[in-house]
Formats: sequence, C-alpha cells, structure tokens
Amino acid sequence: MGLFMFRLEKRPSPSAFWQYATPVLAVLLTMVAGGALFALLGKNPVAAIRTIFWDPLFGEFAFYLRGQLLVKAGPLILIAVGLSLGFRAGIWNIGAEGQYIMGAIFGAGVALAVFPTENRLIFPVMIVAGAFGGWLWAMIPAVLKTRFNTNEILVSLMLVYVAQTVLSKAATGFLRNPQGMGFPGSRNFSSYPAARNVELFAGSGMHWGVVAAFIAVIAAYVLLQRHLLGFQIKLAGQAPRAARFAGVQPTRLVVMCMGISGALAGMAGMFEVAGPAGQISIDFASGYGFTAIIVAFLGRLNPIGILLAGLVMALTYVGGEMASTNLGLPSAAIQVFQGMLLFFLLGVDVLTNYRLRLTKGRAA
Amino acid sequence: MNRRTMMATAALGLGLAFGGSVQAAGMDKVKACFVYVGPVGDGGWTYQHDQGRLALIEAFGDKVDATTFQENVPEGADSERVLTQMALGGCNIIFTTSFGYMDATNAVAAKFPNVMFEHATGFKREHPNVSTYNARFYEGRAVQGHIAGKMTKSNKIGYIGSFPIPEVIMGINSYYLHAKKVNPDVELSVVWAFTWFDPAKEADAAKAMIEQGVDVIAAHTDSTAPLAEAAKTPGVIGFGQASDMSAYKPSPRVSSIIDNWAPYYVKRVGQLLDGTYAQADAWEGIAGGEVEIGEITDAVPAEVKAEAEAMRDAIGAGTYHPFTGPINKQDGSAWLAEGQTAPDGDLLGMNFFVEGIKGDIPQ
Repeated sequence: MGLFMFRLEKRPSPSAFWQYATPVLAVLLTMVAGGALFALLGKNPVAAIRTIFWDPLFGEFAFYLRGQLLVKAGPLILIAVGLSLGFRAGIWNIGAEGQYIMGAIFGAGVALAVFPTENRLIFPVMIVAGAFGGWLWAMIPAVLKTRFNTNEILVSLMLVYVAQTVLSKAATGFLRNPQGMGFPGSRNFSSYPAARNVELFAGSGMHWGVVAAFIAVIAAYVLLQRHLLGFQIKLAGQAPRAARFAGVQPTRLVVMCMGISGALAGMAGMFEVAGPAGQISIDFASGYGFTAIIVAFLGRLNPIGILLAGLVMALTYVGGEMASTNLGLPSAAIQVFQGMLLFFLLGVDVLTNYRLRLTKGRAA
Repeated sequence: MNRRTMMATAALGLGLAFGGSVQAAGMDKVKACFVYVGPVGDGGWTYQHDQGRLALIEAFGDKVDATTFQENVPEGADSERVLTQMALGGCNIIFTTSFGYMDATNAVAAKFPNVMFEHATGFKREHPNVSTYNARFYEGRAVQGHIAGKMTKSNKIGYIGSFPIPEVIMGINSYYLHAKKVNPDVELSVVWAFTWFDPAKEADAAKAMIEQGVDVIAAHTDSTAPLAEAAKTPGVIGFGQASDMSAYKPSPRVSSIIDNWAPYYVKRVGQLLDGTYAQADAWEGIAGGEVEIGEITDAVPAEVKAEAEAMRDAIGAGTYHPFTGPINKQDGSAWLAEGQTAPDGDLLGMNFFVEGIKGDIPQ
C-alpha cells in the first residue's frame, strides 16, 4: 500500500533562504500556537496577539511604550552581540547574567566610592569599570578552560550564582545606602547627577546603554566582515580542524571571545544600574543575561539579526505585560508564550539544514 | 516638553476623561489596580492581596472596576513601567503590594499626581498621593513563637527569612522571644532565601533545617513549599504564612497568620468614592483585623492552644505588647528596659537580632 509521507533529506549546504526565513516562521508559529493557548484560557486570541505585537508600537500609549522597548531591548542586544561571537566559534558563555551583575557592582561601586563628587569623568570611568567587572568575571571560566580544560558552560553558569550572592552582599552590606535606615539597597542614582545614565531625548527611552548597543552591533558587523579575528571566529565554528591549520590559536580565541562577551555584559549591567534600575538591590538581576541567549539565537548570531531579535523580544515583554494587565492573562501564559518562541525557532531550524521531501513509500 | 511634564499632561488628560479630580469631590466610579510580586495562586501573600481585590468587587459592585492586576512583577526597573502603564490606562488608585516597589511607586506617583498610590510595607511617602500600609505581623509571630517553644522536642526551631529588612527581622525576634520565654533551651536557626516567592528554594531551606534536627519551621516567604516539605517528615510542624494554608491541617500546619487586606482596601476605595480620601500611613494588627490567627489544630495540646489564644486576645485588647522589656540586643547591650514597650520607630527600622539568636543578619 502506498503511503505519502515526509522524509527529511540533508541539504548539501545550509539553505540561505531558510537561514533568514526560520526566525520569521518561528515568530508566526508562536503567534498561532500562542493564540490557541490564549483561546483555551478563554481570551480573545486576536486581541491578545494585537495587544502584544501591535499596541506597544502603534496603540494609544505607544508614545511611552516605544521608548520602553528600547529600554528593554538595549541590554538584551548589547549582551547578545557579545555572546554571538563566542557562540559562532563554539565557545559557550552561558553566564552572561553573572557578568552583567558584576559589571553593575563594579560600575556602581566606583561611583558610590566618590559620592557625592560631581565630575564629568565619573560616568566614563563607570563605563570602563563596568566593562572590567564583566570581563573579569568571564576570565574565570576562560582561564580555567584554557589552563585546565574545564567546561566553560558549567563554570560560567555556576558563577552566576556566585555573582548573585555577591549582589546580595553588596545590597545588604558594602554598597548599602548609609542613609537607608537599615534597608538593603544602594543609594539611588537618580539623585546623583554625575553618575546618572540619563535619558538622552525626553520620552525616547534612549540612554547611553542603547547607544552602546547600536555601536556594538556595528562594531560586531565590521569585525565579522572585515577583521581577521572575525574570520577566525567563523572558521573555528565551521571547521575547527581547518582553523588550526590556518593558524588560529584556540587559547587566544577563547580568551578574546569570553572577554568581549563579558565586557559587553558588564557594560550592560552598569548602564542598567545607573539608569532604568537606579540602584543596586538584592533583586537587581532580572534575567537579561539568560534572555540574551535566546536573542542571540533568534538573531541567527548575526549582529543585524540580533538587533531585530532584541526588539522583538522586548516587544513580547512590554506587550506581554499589557496583555496581562489589560486582558487579565496570567503572567505564566506570557512566559509560556516567550518560551514557545525559542522552541519553534529551534524546531524550524531543521529546515535550514534539511529539506522536507514528500515521498510515496512504506512506513519503515 | 520634557518627559515629566508630558506624563503629567497625559495623566491630567486621562484624569479628566476618567472622572475629574479625585480630591475632596468624590467619584462616581473608581478603577482600582493591583501590582503583585508573585502569582495569585501562590496560596500565600499575593493570594491574600487578591482576596482583598475581590472583596472590593463584592463591596462596591459596579461602582468599582477592580479587574486590573499584574502578577509576577519583578521589583526593579520593570515595576516602574507596569505602574506607568496602569496610570496611563486610567487607574485611579494603584496598590503596589511588595516592599521592593518603593522607589518605583514614588517615581511614578510624581508623574501622575491625580492617581493615588498605596504601597504595602514601605516607608517612603515622597508625594501627597503616596500612602503606605502594613500589618503588625510580629503580633502573630509572638503567638507562633509560643506554640513553637512548647511543641519542639529537639529544642531546635527554624525560620525561613526572605530579605533582611526590618519587617522580617522584627518577625524573627518576636518569634524567638516568645519561644524562649516558654522554653529556655530553644535554639533558633535562620535561613535567608533572598526571595519572596520561589517554591524550590523555600523547600530547600526547609529541608536543610529539618536535616539539622529542626522540628518547628516558620517561614516569611510566600508559598506553601515549606509546609509541603515539613509534611514529608513525621513530627515536623510549621505554620501557614500570609494565608491560612488549610490544606496542610491538622499537621504540619498547626496554626497560621492570615493577612486580611480586605477591610483596608474597602476602606480606602470607599474614601475615594465619597471624597474623604487622604494620605495615610496605616499599620494595623490583630486589633484592627488585618492580622488573624488561623485555627490552632488538635495537633497542639489543648493547654498550649488555650495559652496561645489568650496571648492573641491580650494583644488584640492592647493589654500585651510582644516587645515588652527587659530585652537586650544580640550583642548584649540594652534595648528595652523592664516594662518598656518598643516604640514603632524602633520596630520599623529594626536591623538587629535580640539576645540569644545565633548568627548574623546579612550585611
């Protein structure tokens, strides 16, 4: 008996079309499956999807929410761009969350140490300190990997929990606001102009962290297209053996990739603590470092793709909150919705390397 | 036009559209909105706030729109956006129900002077439209401490602390003082979870204490996980926290502290409707009905139960204050002299353990 069935056939080389089409397809599938989920919860799926994807951009309060998209997307993009370099070379820094926290602590620490000095140099020094903090935290798994061949995935991930403990210590101890009546949390940077990461244009959401994210996107693009390091990164990812013959030093590559991603994550943390978050608090870490991993893959590890992916991710956060408050969707449903995005992305990714063939044959 | 004036203008426009100025004049209809730190199904803290929200609907019917709430809002930059969205969306009064929303509440309140903000458990009221409210949970902790001191067989009792803030520290002190009073051999271990709601972490903390021989566990976190963990080991008991958690009756849950926010919410929204609303700093306890002691089960001997209930009634009647001297601080220095009761200011800024508690407050 003849049965029509699908068969997966490996492509000779990854499809250029599907490389770009899969993220879009993943977003569309997420909308469909998410809509079905919302319908099962008794909500109007069309209204919910519109609230998430349309209202923040063009709805009644878009004048406020568009800026919030940038606030949310800025750190995601900045971190994801750094991670993508390592991911391309097969170096897996999973601990960006920890580097983000350490960057915030270093950046805030420098400013709080000289409080209440007003000097134009304070903010630039904070940026450097933030980048250094993140870099330092990323160097631990990098050095352990190159020296002792440890697994950077495990070490960098475990260091997130160490960083969170240091953060608790900072908020309740060494960075605590001396005028805070014993409550945990540092001074608020909103009342420290020299160290404040200000909004550059009123209502735009643009702060220096968003500017840095755009610069990082451009720099990473140039690096990958024009620079020898970019070539080595791509080569190491695609053909590790060939890379060795081409003179790529794995040790140097690990240190560079971990260092860049750590420094960018640290800078993101510093911009966040001096701007939108405003202070070092016990729960300052809000998962940007982990979400950025999704953003990096959603953006195909490509700087321009990451820029778009960061904005889409920010949309699901901001729009998701809107849907949750205005339509009464449980927040867990929004989290499932965000999870679906990664799920579908990884799922449809198979189309990049395989093609679907409709064949007539027997069930094997 | 800078962002602040733009916000204020937007708020003003909405304020007019949604029923004019809230001061003095009273309102025909109030939209009350809620920000929660956990899910409404946490069975504890957030659940009880949500019960308060539902009580508004019951009390005022269609004069109040209390359908807007947001769960799982992180305490930080995100809460400011959620609050702004709510204010833009026409909420007249917004209840922010966790300590960590303090700065965000005040920042957003500055931009929306016509929207009333009610912040639970905080102390900052930087603008006339910010009020704070809290409950004297330490009164309930005194009753639990008494039961714990009488019930422990290992003389080891435990406490899962959320964050080292005064509200939590005063609960620990009250719990320990009253356990110690009836059982001089009692030892208290405190585990800091650094979270309000994380069932896995809370369960781990309970498990670690049980392994160390602790047989009475109190928690200042929001989920039922510590009780679920206690249920696995015979002889270990605990208390419902924030909500009755009656599913764990009669043991391990032998009693509970129930936060009853409904009277406060109904009062404040009622005041907004009839025009008598004013900035406030509310701190009620057993007497005001905000702190209730859940049924003490038969797992507790009748005599202990009677003593605990007598203490509850004495606190409610105002004849007994859980912090009555002589009480020394952990370092041995004097805090309260014989017969002296703790001033509210000392409690609200409490950053020390009382004498006898081992271990440090993280700093």
